[in-house]
Amino acid sequence: MNASITDNRPGRGRWRRLRRVLVRDRYLYLIMLLPLLYYLLFCYFPMYGVTLAFKDFKPKLGILYSPWTSQGGMKYILSIVRDPYFWTVFRNTIVLNLLNLLITFPAPIILALLLNELNNRRYKRVVQMVTYLPHFLSVVVVVGLMNSLFSSSGIVNSMLEGLGLGPYPFLNAAQYFRPMYIGSNIWQRIGWDSIIFLAALSTLDMQLYEAARIDGAGRWKQTIHITIPGIMPTIIIMLILSMGRIMNVSYQKILLMMTGSNQSVSDVITTYVYRRGITNADFSYATGVNLFQSLVTLMFVILTNALSRRFTETSLW
Amino acid sequence: MMQDHSTSRRVFNVFNITFLALLMLVTLYPMYFMFITSISHGVEVMKGTISVLPKLVTLDTYRAIVQGDLFLYMKNSVLYTVVGTVINLVMSCLAAYPLSRRNFSGRKPFTAIVTFTLFFSGGMIPLYLTVNAFGIMDSIWALVLPGAINTYNMIIIRTTFQAIPDSLTESAQLDGANDIVILWKIIIPLSKAVLATMLLFYAVAHWNSYFDAMLYINSKAKYPLQIMLRNMLIGGLFADETTVAATGAASFSVTDGTLRAAAIIVTTLPILIVYPFVQRHFVKGVMIGSLKG
Repeated sequence: MNASITDNRPGRGRWRRLRRVLVRDRYLYLIMLLPLLYYLLFCYFPMYGVTLAFKDFKPKLGILYSPWTSQGGMKYILSIVRDPYFWTVFRNTIVLNLLNLLITFPAPIILALLLNELNNRRYKRVVQMVTYLPHFLSVVVVVGLMNSLFSSSGIVNSMLEGLGLGPYPFLNAAQYFRPMYIGSNIWQRIGWDSIIFLAALSTLDMQLYEAARIDGAGRWKQTIHITIPGIMPTIIIMLILSMGRIMNVSYQKILLMMTGSNQSVSDVITTYVYRRGITNADFSYATGVNLFQSLVTLMFVILTNALSRRFTETSLW
Repeated sequence: MMQDHSTSRRVFNVFNITFLALLMLVTLYPMYFMFITSISHGVEVMKGTISVLPKLVTLDTYRAIVQGDLFLYMKNSVLYTVVGTVINLVMSCLAAYPLSRRNFSGRKPFTAIVTFTLFFSGGMIPLYLTVNAFGIMDSIWALVLPGAINTYNMIIIRTTFQAIPDSLTESAQLDGANDIVILWKIIIPLSKAVLATMLLFYAVAHWNSYFDAMLYINSKAKYPLQIMLRNMLIGGLFADETTVAATGAASFSVTDGTLRAAAIIVTTLPILIVYPFVQRHFVKGVMIGSLKG
C-alpha cells in the first residue's frame, strides 16, 4: 500500500538473504556441480528408470517415452507375482542370505578373540596380515581357486579318495552350492571382518581384567564376563548393519558359480534379473523383479535403523 | 599372572597357536597351489599328483599366455584402473568438501540427495539402459563413470575433511582465498593419508571388477584381465584361442588347468606385490570408516 512495505516484506527479505548466501557460497556450489551432475545422471535418472517396470519398453522411445502397460501399468508386476519361478529365486535369496549371516557372522568374532589371546605380538601381526589377504582377491579369482581345488580331479577330491571317500561333485550338485558359497565367503572375509572387533577389544579397560584376576577369575571366565560384554555393542551394531544388507547376496560370485544342476538353489533375484534383463532383453520384467528386491531392502534398512536406534543409540539417520 | 602359566592356559596357548597356523595355511595354500600348478607340466597337473611341490617344472604355460593377448588385456586393465581411480578421487573430494563445510547453505539438500542413494537404487537394468542412452556403451566411460563416486568412501573423506580445524581454513579465508584454493592448498594436503587409503580401495575395486565389463564391453579388444580370466573359467583353453597361443599344446605341457592357474597368478600378481607394503593403509581405512561422522 505504501512504498516502505516493498523493502520490509518477509518474502523479499528471505529472497535477498538467499541471494546473499548463494553469492557467498558460489565457489562451494561450483565445486558441487560435477558431483551433483553425477548423482543426477547415474543415480537418480536410473531411479526414475524404475518406472520401466510399469511400461512397455520401446528401444526407440527410451525409458522416458515408452508407453505405460495395460492393466493400469501393472501388467509386468502381475505376471511377476504369478510367476512361480520368481518366488523360487525370492526364497533362494532369503535362505542363502540368512544361512550366510548365521554362519559367517560369528567367525570373525571368534578369530578376534583368539588373536587377542596371543602373547606374541609379531605372530599376531603375521596372522592378521595373512588372513586379510583374501579380501583383496577378485571374485573371479576366488571362484577360479575354488574350481581348481574342488573339481572332481582336484586336490580336495584326490585327498578324500586317499581316505576311500568320494569323489564328490562339489562344484555341480545343488546340495553343495550353499556350503561352497558360504565357506568361500568365510575364507575371504574372516580376517578382514575381524578388524573392527579387534579394534573394539583394544579399547577394553585393563583394570577390569586386573580386578577379575584378583578375584580369582581365569582367562575363560574373564572372556565370558569382561571381554564379550565389552565388545557386545560392536557386535550388535555389526549384526544390525548386516541385517540391513539381507537381500544383497554377492550375485557376481553366484553368477560365476552357477551351473545347470545347481540353478534350483543358486539362482537369486539379481542373477535372475541379469538373465531375464541382459541376456533375454526382457527389460521391463527384469526391472520389475529388481524393484521387489529394492523395496524389501529398503524395508529392512528402515527396520534395522529403528532397531539400531532403540538398542544402540546409533542410527543412520 | 599366576594363571597365565597354569597347565590349562598352556594347553590353550598351544591349541590357539596351532589353530591360527592352520588358518594361515588354509588361507595361503590355494594361491600357492595355483603357483605350483602354473609352473608344472600339464600332464602332471591332469593326473592330480601335485600338492606340495611343482613337478616337471616348465614355463610353457606362461609362454603361451604371454604370446596370446595377455598384454593387451593387462594394458586395458591398467588403463581402466588408472583413469577410474583418478576420476573417483577427484569426484569424491569435490563432493566431500562442500558437505564438510558446516555453514554451507546447500549442505542439507545435498546430503539428502547423496544419502538417499545409499538406500535405494534403480538397479541393474535401468542403469544399463541409462549407460546405453548416453552412448558410452563399449567404451572406457561405461566402466569409470557410473561408479564415479562410491558414497561410502566419499563419506569417509568428508569425515576427514570435517576433522580439520576451522582455524586453518579461516585464516586463509581472511587472506582472500576462495574455496577452490582452500580445498586444493589446505584440505587435500592435510588429508593425504586418508586419500592414499581411498586411492588403494578404489584402485583395487577397479582392478578386480569384472561384472561392469561383462555388462558394458562387447569388443574383445577392450576386455580387462578379469574378463579374460572369467572366460577361461567358463570355457577353457581353446574356447578362447586368441587369449592363448597354442604353445606346448601338442606335448600337453600346457592344459586348461595350468593356463587357468597362470592366469590367476598373473591377474593377482599386482595385488600380491603391493599388498605387504600398503596393508596398514587398508586397515586404517576400515577404522576411519567405522567411526561415523
